[in-house]
Formats: sequence, C-alpha cells, structure tokens
Amino acid sequence: MSWTKKILRVNLTSGTCVSEPLNMDWAKKYIGQRGLATKYFVEECDPKVDPMSPENKLIFATGPLTGTAAPTSGRWSVICKGPLTGAIACSNSGGFFGAELKNAGWDMIIFEGKSAKPVYLDIDNENAELKDASAMWGMSVWDTEDALRAARGDNDIRCASVGQAGESGVLFAGVVNDKDRAAGRSGVGAVMGSKNLKAIACRGTVGVPVDDAMKFMQAAGAAKQILADNAVTGEGLPTYGTQVLMNVINETGALPTHNAKDIQFDGASKIGGEAMTEPRESDGKANLVSNAACFGCPISCQRVSQMDANHFTVKGQPKYHGKEGGLEYEAAWALGAATGVSDLETLTYCNYICNEYGMDPISLGSTVAAAMELYEIGAITDKETGGIKLEWGSAEALAKICDQTGLGQGFGKEIGQGSRRLCEKYGHPELSMTVKSQEFPAYDPRGIQGMGLTYATSNRGACHLRSYTVASEVLGIPEKTDPLTSDGKPGLVKAFQDATAAVDSTGTCIFTTFALTMDDISPMMAADSEGGWTSETMMEAGERIWNLERKFNNDAGFTAADDLLPQRMLKDAAKTGPAKGKVSDLLKMLPEYYELRGWTAEGVPSNETLARLAL
Amino acid sequence: MVKALYMSISDCTGCQQCEMACSYEHEGVFNPAKSRIKVFNFPEEGRNVPYSCTQCADAWCMQACPVDAIYINTKTGAKEVSDALCVGCKVCTIACPFGTINYNHATGKVIKCDLCGGDPKCVEICPTPALTYIDAEQTGMAKMRLWAKKTDAGQAAQS
Repeated sequence: MSWTKKILRVNLTSGTCVSEPLNMDWAKKYIGQRGLATKYFVEECDPKVDPMSPENKLIFATGPLTGTAAPTSGRWSVICKGPLTGAIACSNSGGFFGAELKNAGWDMIIFEGKSAKPVYLDIDNENAELKDASAMWGMSVWDTEDALRAARGDNDIRCASVGQAGESGVLFAGVVNDKDRAAGRSGVGAVMGSKNLKAIACRGTVGVPVDDAMKFMQAAGAAKQILADNAVTGEGLPTYGTQVLMNVINETGALPTHNAKDIQFDGASKIGGEAMTEPRESDGKANLVSNAACFGCPISCQRVSQMDANHFTVKGQPKYHGKEGGLEYEAAWALGAATGVSDLETLTYCNYICNEYGMDPISLGSTVAAAMELYEIGAITDKETGGIKLEWGSAEALAKICDQTGLGQGFGKEIGQGSRRLCEKYGHPELSMTVKSQEFPAYDPRGIQGMGLTYATSNRGACHLRSYTVASEVLGIPEKTDPLTSDGKPGLVKAFQDATAAVDSTGTCIFTTFALTMDDISPMMAADSEGGWTSETMMEAGERIWNLERKFNNDAGFTAADDLLPQRMLKDAAKTGPAKGKVSDLLKMLPEYYELRGWTAEGVPSNETLARLAL
Repeated sequence: MVKALYMSISDCTGCQQCEMACSYEHEGVFNPAKSRIKVFNFPEEGRNVPYSCTQCADAWCMQACPVDAIYINTKTGAKEVSDALCVGCKVCTIACPFGTINYNHATGKVIKCDLCGGDPKCVEICPTPALTYIDAEQTGMAKMRLWAKKTDAGQAAQS
C-alpha cells in the first residue's frame, strides 16, 4: 500500500502535467525508487539517446518506504541517462524533499522533452503546475530555494533545484535539495538544466499509509534498536559523520592522493572527522557545530559547520558565515587528499560552493587533481589555466578553480567537462582516474581490492555506493575479509551490488546496512507494501535491477572493454603502507565475476540469466 | 506524579520521527502535516526545534472554548479535545499564544497534543534525548545536574 500508486508525468515541451496509475506489476518486481524508475526509463527511452537532448527523460523517484516511520526513510533518487558517462545514471539523495513528494501523493515524476523557457514545477499535493522561472535562472541553489519560498509564501515547502553548474552544462552537476543534500553524481543536474527545468517546489500533506501498520511499527522499532546499538550507526557516524573514515582509510593505505600517484596523504589528520571537532588556531572555534538528520533518520550523520569568517575564501562574504552543510568524507578526500590540499577551511568553502552552485565534489576534486598532474608535467600551463598556478596542495588555486567551474568561467569550463575529457584533450588519457568517464571516489583499488572490481563494474561509472565492500574489507561488516587479497571478492561484490540495489529501491539509506541485514529490512517491506516481500525476493529484485541496468548500458554501446581501471591501478604499485608493492588484481577478478553473474565472457547477461530474472 | 513532555532543543537532530509516531497514533498514517508535535528547522543557525503543547495550567484554549469541548484528563493533566463536543469554531486556535492547537479540515475538529493518555509516542520513538516525559515539577533537574557537574570541575567560570 505504501506506494501512492500515482505517477506525475510532466511534458516540458507541451507544458502539461498528467497523473497516471503506477504499473503495479513492475512495482512488485522492481520495488520502487532506483529499481522501478530504471524500469520505466529503460522501457521509455532509447539507450542510444543523447543525454543532453530533449529525448532523454529525467525521473524523480521515491520508494515504498520513503516518508514512512522506517529508519532513514528520507531517500529518493534521480534517474536518467548520464551526460558524464553515457550510461544509466541514478543518483540518490536524502534530506526532506523525497518524503515531501511522497506525502504529496506521488511515487515518481517523469519529465519529458524540453521547455522553451526556464520553468519550475510547483506541487501542492495533487495539484502540479509548471511556472515561469526566468527570474530564477542564473541563481544559486540557495537563492533559488529562498525565491521559491517567497513566490509560494510558504516556508514549509521543500525544494530540489539546479544551480549555475546545472544551467551551464557542467557534466557533473547535481540536483541539490534542502540546500545541502544532493543527488550529486553522474551529471543528473546537467540533464535537468538542459531541459530548462530549474527546480521543483513541493508541499505534501496527504500522508503515507502502510499495509499493516501494527506489524510495520514493530519491524521499524526493531530495526531502530539495532541501529542505536551498533558502533558504526549508533556512535561513529553520529559523532564524526562519514569523516570517521579519513584516518582509517589513510592507515589502511588506500587513500588516493595526488591523483592516485600516492596511496597515503600526510595531511589526512588535518582534514578528517577528528580535526573538524578541534579548535582552530585562527579563532579557537571548531569547524563542526553539530550533527543533523535527514527525514526519518536516527543515525544523523550530516555535518553542520561554521567557517572562520576571516578565512581568505569567505572574508567579507556574510552568506558563508552562517552554519551550513559541512564536509563529508568523499568531499574532504576529493577536494583535499586528491589535490594535496590540507586546509580544512578551504575544503569547507569548496564544499559549500558545490552545494550552492550544484556540483558533485567527488568528480570536481578528482578532475582538479588530474589537472594538477597535467600542470605538473607541463601538459597544461598558466596559458591554459588563465594564470592559476595549479600546484599540488595550493588552497588558493583550488578555491579559485572550484569557483570558476561552478560559474562556467575561465579554465573552470574545461574542469566542468570531467577528468576523462580533460586528460584526453591534453594528450594524457592515462592520467584520468575514471571508469566509464566517472571519477573515482575515495578508496584506492590497490589497497582495497574489492573496490577495484566495484568501480570497474559499477553501472554508473566509478562509484563506491554500488557495492561498498569497504564494509567487509576494512570495517569487518558483515565479516572481515583481507583488503589486500582478491580471493573471494567477485562473490562479495556481487552480493553487495544486489543488496544495495534492493535497499536503494526501498527508499531507505544504504548506511543502515552497516547494522541491518536483509532479514531486518524485509519485514518492514512486508508490512509496508503488498507483494509478500522476503529477504529472498528482495535479493532477487536487487539482482534483477542490476542486470536491467547492465543491459541498458550494453544496449547503449558499453562492452567488457569498459569494465576497466586506469593503467595506474594495474601497473603502478602502491608506494607506501600496508598495500606497498600491490596493484589491482582486476583482471583476475573480472572473469570470475562475469561467471558468477551468469554473463558471457564478453560481460553480457546470458539468455538463461535474463530468463531466470524474468527480464 | 504529573508528568510533562520536556524538550531539550540542543539534542534534536530534526529527523521528524516524532511527527510520524504522532500522526500514526492519532490518524493511522504517517503524515507530518497532521502531527501534534512539529520540528522546525533553522538551517542557518544549525538548530532544530521541536514544538508542541505545554499543557498550560490555566489553559487559554480551554477558557476560550464556547462549548466546553476542552477538558482536563485527570490522570495526565493533559487538556484534551472532545470530538463529540467540538464544533470546529477555531476560537481556541486564536486564543492559544503558542499556536499548538490547530484545525483539521478533514474532520472539522481541532487537534492538539493529548500526551497519548500518558504514554507519549513521540518520546518512545525519539532516537535522541531531545524528547522526554518526566516529573512536571522536576523538568530542570537534568540541566541543573549538568551545570552542577561543571561547577564541580571548575568549568562553570570558563564556559
């Protein structure tokens, strides 16, 4: 029952908003959110579609647990064909927007076509209308949210929008909601901008009923107790956020540094979670103010930060002097360790403007790191950078180039095309730390072997959130495996990929799986929604979703040759730390992975596999 | 012992689980818009503030009601609304200085916190110490203890 069973179809070309019933046969096979929206997308869109053309579609999707009392029920996703990768893009966010959309009575919004002029979608429960956004075009995400609240005269609306980066076609532009939560990766914001769609403003007061409320509250209560009692979800994440990982991963010897030339960063302790709680030398105050929660979340890993108002990046700019969304591990790593910058305040500023302009800090930091290496070897010079000295560890250069990228100015225009295109243009494709044109996140495949296979086979390009084997290889969840061996990793990656696809599709947060197993999650689904959900049917749905995404990518032109890591990972051994002397064993893991998946040696799902999964 | 719903603002993370427990208890659906307790986010101040009826001793809503639909639950001290008597005139919503009693269009009655008959569901579900249900005459104890401890350690003068 906890699907609203209604889809809002918005044609931006004709300006129409139409309600249609949810395909329940699909819902029972693909759960919701990531899975169900991908099914709609694959059925409706040509895999060869140009991602930035009006023919690409853009889906905003909630899951059956979104907006319920399930722990972490604030998750929602944006699905389209990604302009950075050319692969299926599914970018997941938290905050409050998703629950508001569900509370307004919608499982999904499917955007088609392209508006002739800038518009935003205004949703008030069952009423949805496209409105003129000409006055908001050119505004940041932060200003857009203020303008939408003023236009509606309602402070309680929740918004998702693109900033200047999405408007100007930065290929890793994100969709940002609630000012500092983001569907950040793969360029879903660039697709939104290409459609002249500035924002969605939503108010929902209809409510979310569940199938068997009594059973649901029992299952949700049990899950919350497990989360509260767990060391990661009950203590580590609330206290330090994801930034709890910075020192841990550095000591593991898997922190890609200086565009992955190194595998450990000597400045790591200055930019991690512990550093955020320590008094600054400049003003004696800590960067971190408090933690905060997304909708329905008992974990509360979000960081709230406040910068030193006299720091060179924000001096005289009061809009950055308040309390804002602080650094998470991925952003601190990409903007920091990858570029060699160890000034916490500069990284905080760059993270702020990623939220403000609407950009993915992972791809941004990684691309700047690639540019720094190009600059180091002389492939680009001050002539290309417009005088910005892109030297390793330069906080000034980092702040300047991040600003230019978000605003589509100067050399920032080239950074905004991502690392693969940048490195190819300047003759060194081998310096791009990407898979399927998407930049690496914060784990080095030489030091954590499972993550190499994770990146190589991720359906949206290099990504840690598709199979977070770090949980097992570093944190020992659900059981400890050796990060330096590739033995057993293909099976581990497959299991994580399928489980993650299922959890993403429910509308809850993957962070719950540090503590919860599918046996804790499936009872919530069973009580929430019709379909008789069990751990087995959830895992099967996850595998079905994974294969559906893979099939779309194959049809879009991707082959096994795209399941590859940069040569640096395969040939240049790690120089220091526990992984010293190691390269990634990807080429050993891939054939075993294909076989476990029931795919051909060319990485294509076999007919038997497709039939088994009813695809 | 009469108990009170006590809110420790600095502990609130803004997750809104209280709103879901409340709306489920009273309306049977998860719907923050129908919750008797509300969490307000002030992102620029990094603060989340839960807000609900404080069950005034001399309740303005009760005094203003022209049909005596608001009565005191003698067990909990909560001021409760009798749906059988309420005519939906909304005078109480004007009388309440805090805005914690509101009109529900779907039923034509007003809704307010009734302390769930002495077992407030918002307290049960709250993942932090932000919401507690404690002796109404001792609501300051936790704060006093905290400050007393600081005095012991010689920290009060510094903080």
